[in-house]
Amino acid sequence: MELSKEQVKHIANLARLDLTDEELDLYGKQLKDIFGYIEKLQEVDITGIEPTAQVTGQVNIYREDKVVDWEKTERKNALEEAPEIENNQIKVKRVLE
Amino acid sequence: MKINELTIKQAQEKLEKEEFNSVELTKACLERISEVDQKIKACLTVCEGEALAFAEEADLRRRKGEKGKLLGIPFLVKDNIMTRGIRSTGGSRILENYIAPYDATIIKKLKDAGAVLLGKANLDEFGHGASGENSAYGPTHNPWDLERVSGGSSSGPVAAVSADMCIFALGTDTGGSIRCPASFCNVVGLKPSYGRSSRFGLMSMTSSTDVPGPITKTVEDAAMVLEVIAGKDERDPTTGNVEVQNYLDNINKDIKGLKIGIPEDYLKEASEDIIKIINEAKGNFEKSGMKIIPVKLPHAKYGIPVYYIITPSEISSNLARYDGIRYGYRDEEASSLLGIYTKSRDKGFGSEVKRRIMIGTYALSAGYYDAYYLRAQKVRTKIIKELDQEFEKVDLIIVPTQPDVAYKIGEQSDDPLKMYLEDIFLSPASLAGLPAISIPAGFVNNLPVGMQLIGKKFDEDMLFRVGNFFQKITDFHTKKPNI
Repeated sequence: MELSKEQVKHIANLARLDLTDEELDLYGKQLKDIFGYIEKLQEVDITGIEPTAQVTGQVNIYREDKVVDWEKTERKNALEEAPEIENNQIKVKRVLE
Repeated sequence: MKINELTIKQAQEKLEKEEFNSVELTKACLERISEVDQKIKACLTVCEGEALAFAEEADLRRRKGEKGKLLGIPFLVKDNIMTRGIRSTGGSRILENYIAPYDATIIKKLKDAGAVLLGKANLDEFGHGASGENSAYGPTHNPWDLERVSGGSSSGPVAAVSADMCIFALGTDTGGSIRCPASFCNVVGLKPSYGRSSRFGLMSMTSSTDVPGPITKTVEDAAMVLEVIAGKDERDPTTGNVEVQNYLDNINKDIKGLKIGIPEDYLKEASEDIIKIINEAKGNFEKSGMKIIPVKLPHAKYGIPVYYIITPSEISSNLARYDGIRYGYRDEEASSLLGIYTKSRDKGFGSEVKRRIMIGTYALSAGYYDAYYLRAQKVRTKIIKELDQEFEKVDLIIVPTQPDVAYKIGEQSDDPLKMYLEDIFLSPASLAGLPAISIPAGFVNNLPVGMQLIGKKFDEDMLFRVGNFFQKITDFHTKKPNI
């Protein structure tokens, strides 16, 4: 597997990482090595095998859809972790230009 | 013997007899931390004031007649577990100043039981690593040889137990993160069955394999901690609706006639010294009346490539939450919303975290999903079925924890692939959600070697029973590093 710099850049963009040129080169090379090793999975016969996403054996777990108030101090402390708050709400930059 | 060197069981008996109180025991641990941790670097945050307050409260509860296995026992916690009002960094720069607003369920349970929280312990950033070297705050040094890695990702909690900075610790295990360092540092590390202990309040890494568990000085202590932290949690719907046993009830039961599975072919992935140690243990079990049954796990070796697709994929999704908006580091120079995301993440994350996010993003991206992620999920099924099938013949399976002893710091850190290959004996139990415990089993050149016992799902009881028996006939676990 070969990865062009453009492809690595595209992956970084999807991952919301602003990588430097050096990082793009390094990760490009390392991804190539790692995916080269992962090719080993081609040896395994997977005909008719179902995929496993989780091992609990559980299907949907339901609960009543009701609002539970969060303890006041914890709520206040959680909000204060945000870099910018206004009127008890987290402020973000403009989304639409 | 200093009191910080005691096991939970020993300390509990002495607390009961009033030979010392929890404040004294807590102070002994805090003193040990200040004595040795500059060299080991196991702790990221030590909360002396809070710890002494917890200890005083525990002493008060005891005076009022309360009893409890963990009442007044000091412990350390891996820093990817949320602890209310205390800095919780996950070993990452992106959460350098993050104060957890609430307690993880397992922390709440330990506090209710009267255990004394001493502080937060080092780890590979967000649990991404097998050596402890990926912490943004520097590597943890192995107490047995300070030039060597402690193993990871639960590097700090394990090194701290090994060097007697606490009586026990909590870690998390996603693909070996409790077992690997336990093997390198001569302590007991249990990865419970997936869903046995709640993940609520853990910094999610790989949601389909993450599980918190105890790191202790004996198997008996691990049973005592699991009993407190295990159980169904409505805040984590993946926790199993399975009864939590009183694990000490069966721990001394006779082991004669129990069947141990040994996969000879798989064992060859370990170095000769390690195989020798496993064979000695096997001989001891056989002499004690257990039956050794050959088992075959030809797909276990695919655990690594499966793990390194599934894990980064889940990571790339789980770590999307660190975006500089609701908490954590924000790059103040960014002028746009997108810029806040990309620049905060680039500056806040270390290289292994970025590498895993990149691998996962690629594996899940359009055009590659079937070839990588879906295929890995199918091979995961094969690994699970193979284990299920072999477990019809045996009560537990024994393999090494690590293919070799702890390596030198810096020796492998330039080659991520080589590092991933260290997980050869660890991934299968994680992918299948089975309980597995690493127990001290010998030494190679004065460096510890762990043996791994893998059990049937939710059958931690069997691991404790056989592990405890092994600790009655051997004394490896009583050996301490010279520090």
